[in-house]
Amino acid sequence: MSAPNNSFDPVQVTPLGEEQVFAMRDAALQAIEAAADLDALKQVRTEHAGDRSPLGLANREIGALPPQAKKDAGMRVGQVRGAVNQALAARQEVLEAEAEERMLLTETVDVTVPWDRSPRGARHPITMMSERIADIFVAMGWEVAEGPLVEAEWLNFDALNLGADHPARTMQDTFWTEPAENNVVLRTHTSPVQARTMLTRTPPIYVVCPGRVFRTDEYDATHSPMFHQVEGLVVDEGITMAHLKGSLDHFAQAVFGEGITTRFRPSYFPFTEPSAEVDLICFVCRGSGLAESGESACRTCRGEGWIEWGGCGVVNPRVLTACGVDPERYTGFAFGMGIDRTLMFRHGVGDLRSFFEGDVRFSRAFGTEI
Amino acid sequence: MKAPVSWIREYVDLPAAATTDELAARLTALGLKLEALERPGADITGPLVIGRVLTMDPEPQKNGKTINWCTVDVADANGTGEPQGIVCGAHNFAPGDLVVVVLPGGVLPGGFEISERKTYGHLSAGMICSSAELGLGDDGAHGIIVLPPDAGKPGDEVRELLHLDDEVIEFEINPDRAYALSLRGVAREAALAFEAPYADPALRETPAPNDQGYPVVVDDPAGCPVFVARTVSGFDPAAPTPRWMARRIQLAGMRPISLAVDVTNYVMLELGHPIHGYDADKLAGPIRVRRATEGERLTTLDGAERTLASEDLVVTDDTGPIGLGGVMGGSTTEMSETTTRILVEVASWNPTSMFRTGKRHKLTSEAGKRNERGVDPTIPEAAADRVVELLVAHGGGTAEPGVTKIGVAPEQPTVTMEAGLPARITGMEIPAETVVDNLLAVGCEVTGTDRLTVVPPPWRPDITDPFDLVEEVARIVGYDNVPSVLPPAPAGRGLTQEQLFRRRVGRTLAGAGFVEVLTFPFLGETAFDTLGLPADDARRTALRLANPLSAEAPLMATTLLPGALEALARNLGRGNGDLALFEAATVTLPRVGAVAPILPVDRRPTPSEWDELNEALPDQPLHLALALTGDRDTAGWWGPGRKAEWADAVEAVREVAAALGIEVTVRAGDQAPWHPGRCAELFLGDLSIGYAGELHPRVCKAAGVPERTAVAEVNLSTLLAHAVAVVPGPEFSTFPVAKEDVALLLPVEVPAEDVAQTLREGAGALCESVRLFDIYTGEQVQAGHRSLAFALRFRAPDRTLTEAETGEARGAAVALAAERHGAVQR
Ligand SMILES: [Zn+2]
Repeated sequence: MSAPNNSFDPVQVTPLGEEQVFAMRDAALQAIEAAADLDALKQVRTEHAGDRSPLGLANREIGALPPQAKKDAGMRVGQVRGAVNQALAARQEVLEAEAEERMLLTETVDVTVPWDRSPRGARHPITMMSERIADIFVAMGWEVAEGPLVEAEWLNFDALNLGADHPARTMQDTFWTEPAENNVVLRTHTSPVQARTMLTRTPPIYVVCPGRVFRTDEYDATHSPMFHQVEGLVVDEGITMAHLKGSLDHFAQAVFGEGITTRFRPSYFPFTEPSAEVDLICFVCRGSGLAESGESACRTCRGEGWIEWGGCGVVNPRVLTACGVDPERYTGFAFGMGIDRTLMFRHGVGDLRSFFEGDVRFSRAFGTEI
Repeated sequence: MKAPVSWIREYVDLPAAATTDELAARLTALGLKLEALERPGADITGPLVIGRVLTMDPEPQKNGKTINWCTVDVADANGTGEPQGIVCGAHNFAPGDLVVVVLPGGVLPGGFEISERKTYGHLSAGMICSSAELGLGDDGAHGIIVLPPDAGKPGDEVRELLHLDDEVIEFEINPDRAYALSLRGVAREAALAFEAPYADPALRETPAPNDQGYPVVVDDPAGCPVFVARTVSGFDPAAPTPRWMARRIQLAGMRPISLAVDVTNYVMLELGHPIHGYDADKLAGPIRVRRATEGERLTTLDGAERTLASEDLVVTDDTGPIGLGGVMGGSTTEMSETTTRILVEVASWNPTSMFRTGKRHKLTSEAGKRNERGVDPTIPEAAADRVVELLVAHGGGTAEPGVTKIGVAPEQPTVTMEAGLPARITGMEIPAETVVDNLLAVGCEVTGTDRLTVVPPPWRPDITDPFDLVEEVARIVGYDNVPSVLPPAPAGRGLTQEQLFRRRVGRTLAGAGFVEVLTFPFLGETAFDTLGLPADDARRTALRLANPLSAEAPLMATTLLPGALEALARNLGRGNGDLALFEAATVTLPRVGAVAPILPVDRRPTPSEWDELNEALPDQPLHLALALTGDRDTAGWWGPGRKAEWADAVEAVREVAAALGIEVTVRAGDQAPWHPGRCAELFLGDLSIGYAGELHPRVCKAAGVPERTAVAEVNLSTLLAHAVAVVPGPEFSTFPVAKEDVALLLPVEVPAEDVAQTLREGAGALCESVRLFDIYTGEQVQAGHRSLAFALRFRAPDRTLTEAETGEARGAAVALAAERHGAVQR
């Protein structure tokens, strides 16, 4: 089609007749529908809705028409152009959605592949249990006390009413250091921290002390020359065994769960009087001594219903005296529990040696909080 | 302590319905802890009867043995009344003897079922039993049991006669309850447990001491306050120990030996007082008890020749020492199979002296165990009389009229206690009457009402303080009745800053992929050799244990690296690869020549005593060790991994420091066990805190870890001490950043860290950061040099920088690097 000559051919109005305009529309709509992709649609837009498309040209020619014809043609062309643009937009949307879908499909990956690019870290369960225990007591207002592992004989023994000729000294097989006359030992229990605490703080004293201890035990599934205890010490006015029981019941429940209670049995420790062994009701069989089947004995407590947990008692006034605390005014209690033992019960660890072999599979199983 | 229940019941009238389980449970609640419950005899079932040997035909066998084909009359026990044909391998009996026969259908210990069986050409129907086969222990006869002619008639059930059935409770006895190392003591506790009538076996009429007894002189009454001696003459050394006595000794865990020895052991078990018997005919002159002279020698009953110390208490006669008093007798006066005259010694000894002598000579004995804990000093006469009674009753002979007694039992100390103390200490409501009743029940004498004056019984030397009385009262009231009450702690301050920091270290490392391990702190010299430490390395100066578990590891660790490397190697051995381990633990750095004083215990140490004690202890700083091998970034389907290397160890320490709010700087270091060219010394300011880098290849080989293993060890205590508790809130500019890169040619010896510092300094206050982003060596760089490329960022707090400003700062930085390090800009 040749370009119209508006100036010299003002009556050339045939192309804007109804028939022609509708034909343009139909051609455009057909082409839009037929556009297979966004590129094709772009082409269609130029050919059927662009400035130089028949519709575009028709639009330009409207101005040259006489007034009545101008109005009719204007309305007609305007409507058709609107319909074509709408169809273009609709088709554009459809084709864009299709294109995105195709793109996403090509980018699909296998999400089941591993991505273990950095080996996982872990803290040691004994460290974590020590912290957890500390937190239980800190929550009650206690503080965490500490002391050295290589300790003065006087603090490990004498100050705790374990004089040089006390038969109970042989109960704690001690690592002695050379030369012997220096009177230095590896602490056999966390109890020297009791003495240190009383000598460096003034009552009221409420402390726990988790830490390493050493005994000359042969290394096997239930014994180790190095293990871990948590010591507790309270010195205040009016402290009784009932407060000891209350603290240990709370401790037991915080570690092993609701309903776990403790039992005291008379025992002997030179640094406490009266003294008691603390048993924990078996948190597996809840004291029945029976395995879940009800027929065999519970494996955790070996059918006894109770588990030996540690030792405790009322601080012997002789210890208070040696540590400069007035035994007329203050009373106290102390306890010592095995942390390794606690973990063994709580997590069903069968062999104490697992704690000290450094096998990463062991620590990793416990993660970073216990 | 093993206590046969039948023996306990002999002294306490327990309710018939009380089971042994209940007895054990109640005694446990009183403080005698059940260790084990045995039911001897329960493993023997079926017909076990007396048989009379009718005929006995020896039949030599091809294997050289001779068996006896016997017929045994068991009356109607076999259902027929016909003699029972039995093959027997033993020979210590004869026709006419009464023996013990187990008939077919019976079961012996070990699940050994008896049935009719063909053997040696006969049908043997049953077995003639030996002592060992019935679980009665080795009776020394090494043959079958021959019963005395009056034991019973054929076919009689024999269980009771042999004392087969009993129940035995094994108790764990605490050091303060030495009295319970006897049936007398256990029965007393049982009486307490059931509030049952009790008959004290030590209460007996004894002949008055006189001067016709064996002459005894005690030079050291403090060491031996009481010495009682009695003599039995005309004793038949061949007389057997009665079956009941041997059985009880056996069930109590001791071994029957001979009548004379068994009687002394039996009475010790019964009354808790050790007793010694001498062959009186081997004694030369009077007995004298004294302290040994240093270096004196004595051969004890166990055959050991011992060199005595001046503290040892010895029993002597004219020949010198004949016994280590209270611990073990001597061999020269030992009772034997020819002894017909027995001197019975029952003496009280000073417990501390017993403990020391036992320890000095590494001697543990049943006697020593009791004597070092303290025995009832009021019963030696009763014990001696009981021994004499049993010797005469079972071994014939006569008790000589002489009764020697030197010394008297020391007075029991008096303890005073407020009647309200048990309630105040235990938190239980305990009325004064209950306090008094319970103290009386344990054997105390009590006077007074509010303020009690208490004399503990003589078998309780452990009771010296009011709190000891509190325990006695409390255990009878029952520990189960102690209420559960939380103590009213004052408000606490939580964890200390250092405790919080320490947790942060572990969490940081775990977050960075490190796994925590705990290792034993015991090392040997070889561990230092493995690390290649020079002879004068301070880490070789370690605290030595006097009694290490292993002679190979007698030293306390001065470094955590050996433990970390061992853990690494163990993991690799178990197929765990790609490892990053850490341990935070104290090391022990000894001080020379310091003595930790043994301070008094009747008062608080003075400040100077306290300092002296603490200064004598080794320095025990907390260290942190790291060890890495294998891939730090794992290989996988995505491609190759990245091997852990020296820089990972350095970076991990930097990360820890960063978590603590501090920055470590790095300089080239030279320290074993690191690779001399790959060792970073780490600093906080000018303070060296440790090293990180690659292990020396020789150390890798020696330690059995892969080459290029990276390790670090730093003084964590120092890091923690410098950690920043309160981080100041940062201020930063929001104006645009200006970036400038510089590439500098430098000799390779110039540390990158130094150049970075210089650039930072030269660039001045506008410089926000300097970061090394490339290192290049190659064709375009002259030999011995390298190109370091740094990214510099500039920013002003108050304005957008102009190009001229950043250009000037950059120029100043490069100029300083040129001046200081000879850097040339590329
Ligand atoms: Zn259980």
